[in-house]
Amino acid sequence: MAQRLRRLQTSVAIAAMIVAGPLGNVLLGKGMRHLHPALWPPPALLATAQAVFVSPFIWLGIASLIAFFVAYMLALSWADYSYVQPASSLAYGVVALLSALLLGEQVTPLRWAGIAVICLGVFVVGRTGHKTTERTPLA
Amino acid sequence: MRDLLLFTLIVVAGTGGELCVSRAMKAVGEAPGFRPAQVARVLLRAVRVPWMWAGVAMMATGFFALLGALSRYNVSFVVPVTALSYVAGAFGSAAFLHERVSAARWLGVTLVALGVTLVFLGHS
Repeated sequence: MAQRLRRLQTSVAIAAMIVAGPLGNVLLGKGMRHLHPALWPPPALLATAQAVFVSPFIWLGIASLIAFFVAYMLALSWADYSYVQPASSLAYGVVALLSALLLGEQVTPLRWAGIAVICLGVFVVGRTGHKTTERTPLA
Repeated sequence: MRDLLLFTLIVVAGTGGELCVSRAMKAVGEAPGFRPAQVARVLLRAVRVPWMWAGVAMMATGFFALLGALSRYNVSFVVPVTALSYVAGAFGSAAFLHERVSAARWLGVTLVALGVTLVFLGHS
């Protein structure tokens, strides 16, 4: 029972990661688009920082990434990194979908194919055995 | 050159940060559930683990590099390219942590690299 609840909680946390992470990236992309950041001289850096941090899209993106991060921490407390990582590989597909739908980006077929291969690769990486070295617990 | 630096920072700082956070969460232990009080307790314990701070610092660096990259390129280009962190992770763990990277993992890493190559080729 407790085990089933854990698994359900882990699935919910991973689902939240798959939505919140890509959404955060898309919002950041929306906020940064058409901005020409300069880091030098200092007044230009100040202007860049100001432009970045008055954008509502940047703040929504940051909020979304914080939600992603909390879900990620919860998932990692319940499951191994090597389980969470392949499960979250779908996020690469979601990010392309959202950037096409919300930002109107032209995603070429070749890019879709690349993203599909990346998802597959991430999945294969995560399915491989973990813990090939002995480690001592943190004191 | 500048783009290379941006993507390298995203990949290296991002992966290093994740590994530190992962290590910190193992020290914190299991979260009891989703309720705000429970989540808050986990967060409060997490901020007392030094690995968490190292991880957050690296992830913040990666974040600003990501902002820089997003100001120049499409989201659907930048995010897939950051998948190169899996390639970096495999080489890093083999070279610096002396972990044995299995053939299956190299296969996955090769697929990721192939996918990123396709994304680059589809970059119009």
